[in-house]
Amino acid sequence: MSALIKVEGLTRVFDVSKPWLNRVIERKPRALLTAVSDVSFEIEENSVYALVGESGSGKSTIGKIMVGLVPPSKGKVEVDGVDLATEKDNAKVEAVRAEIQMIFQDPYASLNPRWRVRNIIAEPVAAKGGDTKGLAEKLLEQVGLSAADASKYPHEFSGGQRQRICIARALASNPKIIVCDEPTSALDVSVQSQVLNLMTDLREELGLTYLFISHDLTVVQHMADKIGVLYLGRLVEEAPRDRLFSAPKHPYTQMLFDAAPRMDAFGREVEPPKGEIPDAINPPPGCAFHPRCPIAIDRCRTERPLMRPIGDTRVACHRAE
Amino acid sequence: MSTPVLSVRDLVVEIPTRHGILRPVDHVSYDIHAGEILGVVGESGAGKSMTGNAVIGLLDPPARITVGQILLSGEPVHALKGEKLRRLRGKRMAMIFQDPLTSLNPLLTVGEQLEETILEHMNVSQAEARRRAVAQLEEVGIPAAEARIGSYPHEFSGGMRQRVVIALALCAEPELVIADEPTTALDVSVQAQIIALLKRLCRERGVAVMLVTHDMGVIAEAADRVAVMYAGRLAELGPVREVLTRAHHPYTAGLMASTPLASQGRKRLVQIPGAMPRLGNLPQGCAFHPRCDRAQDVCRRDPGPTLDAYRGRAACWFPLNTEEKAAT
Ligand SMILES: Nc1ncnc2c1ncn2[C@@H]1O[C@H](COP(=O)(O)OP(=O)(O)OP(=O)(O)O)[C@@H](O)[C@H]1O
Ligand SMILES: Nc1ncnc2c1ncn2[C@@H]1O[C@H](COP(=O)(O)OP(=O)(O)OP(=O)(O)O)[C@@H](O)[C@H]1O
Ligand code: SF4
Ligand SMILES: [Mg+2]
Ligand SMILES: [Mg+2]
Repeated sequence: MSALIKVEGLTRVFDVSKPWLNRVIERKPRALLTAVSDVSFEIEENSVYALVGESGSGKSTIGKIMVGLVPPSKGKVEVDGVDLATEKDNAKVEAVRAEIQMIFQDPYASLNPRWRVRNIIAEPVAAKGGDTKGLAEKLLEQVGLSAADASKYPHEFSGGQRQRICIARALASNPKIIVCDEPTSALDVSVQSQVLNLMTDLREELGLTYLFISHDLTVVQHMADKIGVLYLGRLVEEAPRDRLFSAPKHPYTQMLFDAAPRMDAFGREVEPPKGEIPDAINPPPGCAFHPRCPIAIDRCRTERPLMRPIGDTRVACHRAE
Repeated sequence: MSTPVLSVRDLVVEIPTRHGILRPVDHVSYDIHAGEILGVVGESGAGKSMTGNAVIGLLDPPARITVGQILLSGEPVHALKGEKLRRLRGKRMAMIFQDPLTSLNPLLTVGEQLEETILEHMNVSQAEARRRAVAQLEEVGIPAAEARIGSYPHEFSGGMRQRVVIALALCAEPELVIADEPTTALDVSVQAQIIALLKRLCRERGVAVMLVTHDMGVIAEAADRVAVMYAGRLAELGPVREVLTRAHHPYTAGLMASTPLASQGRKRLVQIPGAMPRLGNLPQGCAFHPRCDRAQDVCRRDPGPTLDAYRGRAACWFPLNTEEKAAT
């Protein structure tokens, strides 16, 4: 199998300094926040690649870079052999861009309340001058709603139904790849399964490839083929799903698995993990996880571990074996 | 058995609107004993927060209690108002919200807020209040508490802020703590720390805790008993292991089955069709019947099933998993 998407050395730095005058008065230096730091991975066609990590680990930023909402500071994203940053042929870039769509976490905020569902769904196609006749109706049925819903407004739908509308809109331009940023986090459990099943069905029917972003380990375990674990903007481990869950190699991945609440762990008493995620503006030197790591050695405090393969896992830890 | 710390009897909360009267809490009854954590689960809008707010006397008008009783260690408190209610709140019962900033005053240091609360509710000197404030911060796991006591809320991280809120809730040694989604805004590692802290404090101090959350994993790990709410009503109430592994109410069973579980692998998830009805739009009889695959005619008839329908455990005419376990 060949990789449909290649991400190489992806880095994104945000300038989060206070305004110039405040900096001068308070004698503060410029503050640069590295949201994504030298991240590389590949996604195979028709597979689900999941990114997990806690708040602020850079998941959404990577998703936004993929769909072109945020430019990278360094590194590149290659889709179907086209480097989105350097490709000179605009038509080619446009064509590839149209193949990647995004679904967001909040189905309430991402639909224009004043538009009818028909226009919301067809807009991306209409904007390119495409044929939109009957398109919304067809897509609504495909996502489990009815054609008659096309003339309604978003407020007439529940959260789960709105997320279906978002999915229909993403499907309108016939994408190959969908970046799903926490697509079920705002939904209730009883509705979450409806949306996850729909996404699984669509992947099979339409041959879609997903970049699936989530902080919910059980959802990721259910959906993903391969999983990348992020910590402070860095990819710390990547492995096929079953391998990651049966043999996590990075101490952070292990900590995350231990800490996640489990439905079958009645009255479980475990020593909770120590510490919190450090400030992303001044990340610890060396391995960013070293201040919380139970097995850190001197080398971890000075030298940033590179990704290296161990079996079919890739892991960025000096001590992993 | 001893008198429960909290006893909610047949509680009804109503909101008058232009389109009629809504009932976000509809004949709810439960007890919480000293040293016990009662988990309250249910989807968004099920009435979890409204129940907690009613207990602690924080309902926003026009919502108000119209029927029922709330007993704190046997003493009716649902009719208290003004100063009496304010003194009870903070002293004998305390609340922890999802967003720590709603409970903290940004203009006062955490030490000032703790001392103020202690002085208001306990008969101690200023120096003793300060000593207790530091001890309380230490107990909830703030490192270098003595040094941090002069810091303002914004100088703490989200997880540390929630610890401060817990310290504030506990400093007057309340009998009852209501924690409404206390970890929803936090990362898993910090969530694990906060849940462990709540469990320890509940056990060591014998506090009764009502833990509102929509996370079944948190419920399984922290709660002794669980109340499942649906459309303002109690659908099921029982010991946590029993309810989660042998649900009697079809809604609870559906919730459990639709949650992805490691052991299920890649199987299709079970779906509950539809969504919870809005309050103004409740079906007759059992509010769950339009989504229920066990529903029969009686389920569509008023009055709907109440918890007594099956031995006080599930509000359902046709509960699941009811065959007696073989006596061994
Ligand atoms: N436009 C921006 N300007 C400044 N900082 C930003 C911007 N976007 C993101 N960040 C910062 O970059 C880091 C990564 O953010 P990102 O939203 O990618 O995280 P995430 O993993 O999606 O987190 P969450 O789980 O909370 O959604 C965070 O520290 C965030 O504050
Ligand atoms: N002022 C109001 N007017 C009308 N309905 C209201 C009002 N305030 C609350 N409600 C309704 O009361 C119901 C109960 O709300 P409550 O906040 O208790 O839900 P919850 O179970 O805590 O949900 P969540 O998980 O979203 O916090 C909801 O259906 C809500 O829409
Ligand atoms: S009472 Fe009837 S409709 Fe309601 S949950 Fe039980 S079987 Fe289903
Ligand atoms: Mg995000
Ligand atoms: Mg609530």
